[in-house]
Amino acid sequence: MIITEHLHKRFGSQQVLRDVHITCRPGACIALIGPNGSGKTTLIKSILQMVIPDRGKIIFQGDDITGQCEYRAKIGFMPQMTRYPENMTIGEVISMMMDIRKDQKNRDEELLEQYQLKDIYHKRMGTLSGGMRQKVGACLAFLFQPDVFILDEPTAGLDPLSTEILKQKIIKEKSKGKTTIITSHVLSELDEMISEVIYMHEGQVLFQKSMEDLKLATQEVKLSKMIAKMIA
Amino acid sequence: MNKIYKHVMVDIIRNRMVLFYTLLLFIVSLSIFSLEDTSSKGILSMLNIILMIVPLVSLIFSTIYMYNSGEFIELLLSQPLKRNTIWWSLFIGLLTALGLAFLLGAGIVILIFETSLLGLMLVLCGLLLSCIFTALALLAAVLTKDKAKGIGLSIMLWLYFTIIFDGIVLFMLFQLSDYPIEKFMIAISMFNPIDLARILILMQLDVSALMGYTGAIFKDFFGTASGISLSFGTLVLWVIIPFMYSLRYFKKKDL
Repeated sequence: MIITEHLHKRFGSQQVLRDVHITCRPGACIALIGPNGSGKTTLIKSILQMVIPDRGKIIFQGDDITGQCEYRAKIGFMPQMTRYPENMTIGEVISMMMDIRKDQKNRDEELLEQYQLKDIYHKRMGTLSGGMRQKVGACLAFLFQPDVFILDEPTAGLDPLSTEILKQKIIKEKSKGKTTIITSHVLSELDEMISEVIYMHEGQVLFQKSMEDLKLATQEVKLSKMIAKMIA
Repeated sequence: MNKIYKHVMVDIIRNRMVLFYTLLLFIVSLSIFSLEDTSSKGILSMLNIILMIVPLVSLIFSTIYMYNSGEFIELLLSQPLKRNTIWWSLFIGLLTALGLAFLLGAGIVILIFETSLLGLMLVLCGLLLSCIFTALALLAAVLTKDKAKGIGLSIMLWLYFTIIFDGIVLFMLFQLSDYPIEKFMIAISMFNPIDLARILILMQLDVSALMGYTGAIFKDFFGTASGISLSFGTLVLWVIIPFMYSLRYFKKKDL
């Protein structure tokens, strides 16, 4: 359960978030969509406190997160491409994460095995292709069985087979009642997974609607067509 | 805190720059002490080398390291870790690496050739300068988002403390030579850790007798136990204040 209230953020002269309200219920799989520069990543980073909002508050499972850090143990975050230390090997990155979250014994290594990452543990992050890094990111997000998944452009750079593996994993976790927030520009991929849509434009939330409501309102089956009708 | 500290240490030690720096200090200090006929001359040459190289390497290496760990810091921030912990670990990690490099490269050689309070003071000054300029590097890195600007700021800081500050002091000395400003000069020297370290060591050597009236006033202050401890206290403050500023800024920084 994540609620943001009256979130404002300004970078220099640019207002990136304006009065953002969103509610993420347990079990919801939410697509966060919008054009480039609409504030999606900033919103995600605010939830993780990588960006500190100017005003407003974020409530995670009933508690205000300001100044907290323990709540992040319940979040699996997959960042946008290439944000990993270049000179560490895959094995080192993963064992470091395990070291940091020592007390979370219950690990989910399904993706590690499906992506066969253990065979290439000795490779350095800097030498990996974009898609390989995405795989490492996905494995790290799912490794500690968090309650909430935040996936920023998860399929960018992934090959079709790996994308399918990731999709199946997300659907599986959703059925366990976990909350998922996904940003993506490839709307066709989102169709089978999501239950809600948040559309952002120039730092504002234009609407937050469930898929059923969208279907009723637009009489369409495809997400891309629904969105096109909604913002027209 | 030691959770991340360990990984930071592994990362820094793998960096060849630190190894190269240790080797450079070792060769320089060994050759200086073998060339000079008395160890007191050796200390004087070592002092000049330390005051130039240690701040420069600490500043540049730490700044570059902080920028290169941008991704590492971001990864850590998405984990259940306090910003405080992350920043402290990075700082202590850099201090350990640069401090060890100085101790192994120069510290041991100095203490072998000059086993006295003076040698110990020189080593202590070198260590403190490493800490001070690492803290300043962290401040420069946290204040500027752009790597080139950050490294530029570090080089400017080094130029200021080694050259420009002395120029200003000399200018003031000539302009105000009619007034009794010797005591005032002691206070001014506190504003530059490099000068402070230099005066502190020089006053323990015999050369202070050659420095006229100002030298006598300085000797009166820096030659006493309370003067020495006050100076070392100031050097420690030079570590704490920039670091605390960088920490305060990092806690509010957007990544």
